[in-house]
Amino acid sequence: MKKPVDIGMNRTGIDSSPLLSREMLSKANLLLSRQTEAEMSDSDLRKECIREADPIGTVPFPGTLKGVAKTSLQKLSGKKPEVFIDKLGERLAFERSGVRLYEALIRKYEVQKLGIGGISLEALQKIKDEELRHFEIVRDAMKSLGADPTAMTPCADVTAVSSMGLVQVLNDPRTTVEQCLQAILTAELVDNDGWDLLVKLAREAGNAEMIQNFERALREEAGHLEQVRSWVNDITLVEAERAA
Amino acid sequence: MALNLLKEKGCALDKQGFTWRELVQQPISKLNDDAFTRVRIILLNGIENEALRFSHACARMNKELQLPLAKLRRIEHHQATMINWLLSSDHSPIETTIGYEQVAIEVTAAVAQTEPDPYLAQVYRFGLLEDFDHMYRYSALLDRLEGKDSNNILQSYTDVLPGRPTSVEHRAPEDDLREHYDRTKAHPLSKMHALTIMSGEQQTHNYYLNIGPQFSDPLARQLYAEIASIEEQHVTQYESIIDPHESWLEKWVLHEANEVYNYYGCVQQESNARIKAIWERFLDYELGHLNLALDLFKRFEKRDPAEILPESLPEPIVFKSQREFVRKVLSQEADLRANGTRIVALEEDSEASKLYRNHMNSEGSPSESVATQYEWKPGTELNKGVAA
Repeated sequence: MKKPVDIGMNRTGIDSSPLLSREMLSKANLLLSRQTEAEMSDSDLRKECIREADPIGTVPFPGTLKGVAKTSLQKLSGKKPEVFIDKLGERLAFERSGVRLYEALIRKYEVQKLGIGGISLEALQKIKDEELRHFEIVRDAMKSLGADPTAMTPCADVTAVSSMGLVQVLNDPRTTVEQCLQAILTAELVDNDGWDLLVKLAREAGNAEMIQNFERALREEAGHLEQVRSWVNDITLVEAERAA
Repeated sequence: MALNLLKEKGCALDKQGFTWRELVQQPISKLNDDAFTRVRIILLNGIENEALRFSHACARMNKELQLPLAKLRRIEHHQATMINWLLSSDHSPIETTIGYEQVAIEVTAAVAQTEPDPYLAQVYRFGLLEDFDHMYRYSALLDRLEGKDSNNILQSYTDVLPGRPTSVEHRAPEDDLREHYDRTKAHPLSKMHALTIMSGEQQTHNYYLNIGPQFSDPLARQLYAEIASIEEQHVTQYESIIDPHESWLEKWVLHEANEVYNYYGCVQQESNARIKAIWERFLDYELGHLNLALDLFKRFEKRDPAEILPESLPEPIVFKSQREFVRKVLSQEADLRANGTRIVALEEDSEASKLYRNHMNSEGSPSESVATQYEWKPGTELNKGVAA
């Protein structure tokens, strides 16, 4: 079976069919007379829509704190609790999806049994378990603030849209472990910055328990990033050196 | 041609069936398969979808046909599924759109050249230049939104140039209707062509209506809304060329014959052996469907099928680049307009259409905005080092 890094009959690109491509390029006289200038450029139209747009959604007010003064929530989470809750919602969604991404990667690894780059099933499972624990840490943090961890905050929604490509890559039976690790690397880079931000927000709020939990999660995520990055490097370099 | 429509029995209906695993086969490779394999997949999906829509309409009007239609429809639904699922998930919705427009251009151009009725040939050329322009607008969108070259889908078979501007394709409904062929006199090829192109346009219309709202980009949302409206006009145009005096059963038989016709052409020209095997299987299925419809036609209408079907199939639609023909039509007919059922010179454009068009475009034209000063270049317009 051919691997994606082998040479094959890729038909994209101008060089794959020189005769047809030459014909395609011989078009100048047909184009110039018909090109138009719109009343409103694509960029201006888009700017107008940005000005007119409604937000994606809003942060749900903590249900269990209804009737409790907003100031007590502020004590727990900083001056503008909505921001903290929104970012917690984002991390919660990301970690929860991260578990699913690692489950998909583990399935692929079990089938393709990649024997290079120091990757192992145990290492993958350890990361997956930690992603699940990080989800639980955020869930408990949200609960302690009276926020609903089952709700979807705006940042959670946006981050899920950003990750849709990752879900597609990880679950495509045609992609390799190497290609999936490259996608996971994107997720881990984002995740590291996400936790870094949560630690800062917890510090701003002066919430000791959260600071401790989030710092631990950040350390573990840094480990994930280092691990995935080295797998991607090692596997690619070994593949590049390997004789055809 | 070897295939005799009135004698070949094909696969009996009770021998036709699927498992879920069979329905969902390995998709094609967006990168490695020939663009015309994708063209055939999209076209045949359109043909199967029309089979389903027609069958439902027929069932709603004919109590006694409901059971045979339901039995046959179950198979055709699964055929449509197997075919549509051959498109791989790495096609973004705009890339699939490029594939749809390539179907519209290359298949309509092939049909326009072999159509025996000169009026219908003109109608196909008229529609062709509109889909040709859609390709240009969507290529601009793909380039400027996703940073991708539509030619990676087209594989240099199809030009990316402005056609009849989409902004002037908007017409009053009375200017979208055309004269129909005469069911008693039309060449069988005219009937196959009309059904084929109408099916393709209908699936494109449905596809744009479905995926348009999936875009976050407001201009993409507007462009899909605008071009979906033209596709609706195209369905109106192409269904109006079909003789409305054909009976329900006559139409059913013609649908099945058209499916046989298209699968047969695809079997003959398919380059991917695995996909070809699917076309062969479905050709055999369709012959079975045709026989069932013919039996009912004889039973209920007491008519001889030879009245409405030729013994042998007409020459298949050719799947190849029609660049030269399209360029010729582009240089000669881009300025034509429609007035009632007539295709006319620019000066004779219909007042009703002008009024409608001016109103629709009065707050801006998405298809103009999306392609301002757009020129296709290999590797996208950002690849400025390449001469084009």
